[in-house]
Amino acid sequence: MSISSSDVSHIARLARLSITDKERDLFGSQLSDILTHIKKLEQLDTSGVEPTSHALLLENVDRADVVKGSLSEDEVLANAPDRHEGFYRVPKIIE
Amino acid sequence: MSAQAKPQDKANQKYETVIGLEVHAQMRTETKIFCGCRVEFGAAPNTLTCPVSTGMPGVLPVLHRKALEFSIRTGLAMDCKIAPFSRFARKNYFYPDLPKGYQISQYELPICEHGHIDIEVEGATKRIGITRIHMEDDAGKNIHDPSGVSLVDLNRTGTPLMEIVSEPDMRTPEEAGAYMRKIRTIVRYLGVSDGNMEQGSLRCDANISIRPVGQVEFGTKVELKNINSFRFVERAIAYEIKRQTSVIERGGEIVQETRLYDTDRNITVSMRAKEEAHDYRYFPDPDLVPMVVDPKWIEEIRAGLPELPDVKRKRYLNDLEISEDAAAFISEERATAEWFEAAVDKGGEPKSVANWMMGELTRRLNDDKLSFANCPVIPIKLVELINDIDSGKINARQGKTVFNSLYDRCKSMIEESPVKPSPADGSLAFIGKVEPVTSRATSSVIREELGIKQSTDTGTIEKAVQEVLDKNPDEVERFRGGDQKLMGFFVGQVMKATRGEVDAKTVNEMIKKKLG
Repeated sequence: MSISSSDVSHIARLARLSITDKERDLFGSQLSDILTHIKKLEQLDTSGVEPTSHALLLENVDRADVVKGSLSEDEVLANAPDRHEGFYRVPKIIE
Repeated sequence: MSAQAKPQDKANQKYETVIGLEVHAQMRTETKIFCGCRVEFGAAPNTLTCPVSTGMPGVLPVLHRKALEFSIRTGLAMDCKIAPFSRFARKNYFYPDLPKGYQISQYELPICEHGHIDIEVEGATKRIGITRIHMEDDAGKNIHDPSGVSLVDLNRTGTPLMEIVSEPDMRTPEEAGAYMRKIRTIVRYLGVSDGNMEQGSLRCDANISIRPVGQVEFGTKVELKNINSFRFVERAIAYEIKRQTSVIERGGEIVQETRLYDTDRNITVSMRAKEEAHDYRYFPDPDLVPMVVDPKWIEEIRAGLPELPDVKRKRYLNDLEISEDAAAFISEERATAEWFEAAVDKGGEPKSVANWMMGELTRRLNDDKLSFANCPVIPIKLVELINDIDSGKINARQGKTVFNSLYDRCKSMIEESPVKPSPADGSLAFIGKVEPVTSRATSSVIREELGIKQSTDTGTIEKAVQEVLDKNPDEVERFRGGDQKLMGFFVGQVMKATRGEVDAKTVNEMIKKKLG
């Protein structure tokens, strides 16, 4: 199982990562190795086994609709790179 | 006649439009879907946030049970199958108003599937399929500052939403508008959303394609994003149909893309091409465990459903025999329907109650920006007034005067009262609270105070009628010669002479007898 260099570029773009050509080749071969390993797992006969989406044997964990309160403005914005009158200030989003 | 022109237009049409809608309804809950932050519109920026709603690493979202209950409630009202096993998924994309880097939504195994609702367009009922209803969290809000920066407010982040996805069953902008209105009516009846479009509680994306009439395959679809009014949904779709038709007529091809409706220019503009933007890489959210819904709970929720607008409308038509327009008007809002039913319960004649509600009452409520959810006049008072008119204590014209005085008096009594009834309590609770506050204002009290009464003394009426006939010999001649329209003139003159204090019907009969 191998992954193409255009697949790697596409995934990098979705993750907003800029990578060099050299990194693209490196990650491509690493990702291919992972897929090859998964392919090996697929040889296991799992017919009759329910697909699992969660590793925990838990269901219906919920809470009541009760207000617990929020953080103060200073706490919320403590890690903000920039702020303006209570807002996060970020580079212009749309042209 | 437009009604005659329509079928011909359709016959001449080369293309058929196919429309599906995705409606996002904000659920009416106290807190956010996965944390205990309060949900509130218009709070100071970022003051309703916590580590969960700002997407800090290591936090754990926990679903509040009400979001699940509201979704099931909505699904049952739309005849959906409720999934016995359901789960959340992550929808991955980057945007500054989405601090987690993914939206928590449902992909496979949504909570509700395979339902339908009925809409009414041009007097006909049409069934629109509901593909699915799923739960998700809302994103924050961006403000695009003219100085070249954007400002982010995460108060809305994590607000519980239901996404209601229709089948591609609609064919015209009017059907799409009717569908969206019906969704709003239903979620408001159920109390699961306030359906407030101005505050964004109800937003809609529309998928639109056109195809040659007779073709089975769908054309390439375009998605219109974030339409927030009934008027805009119809206008945006109408524009998009025109645009797609002209592209195809000129030999072009429709590009699958997302477009935005520009409300100022009434056009749609391209936002982004689909293939690039829509690689969301959904996968089950490991932070939220699956939901296994107990069938007993589903039945409890079903038993608690209110009577729905379609059922009410039909019942009003068939059992109470009010007009189609009246039945549609009264059933559209739950508070209006409850007000009407309370009046009928108190012995109000359904047609009279409906006429007052659609006429004088709505006029006063609109002027005051009120509704039947917080109407100052409670149903029993209108019923007493109607009874006073029906029993001949006052005539219809005097009834209007008494009503307006009654309305004004009840309104100021409520304003001056230390008890502050709120429409948020529900319309019946509102009526219950207003009752003692306005107990001293009744039709009979106001009639007496204003000295409004109708003369039932036939001697007085006869005298007035005779005087009018004596004063107008020419008209009497013409009436005898067959000009029946003059009846209105005679009645009007008698009413004027008696300052409207006599019964028009009696006057009418008396004139007929005298001239017959």
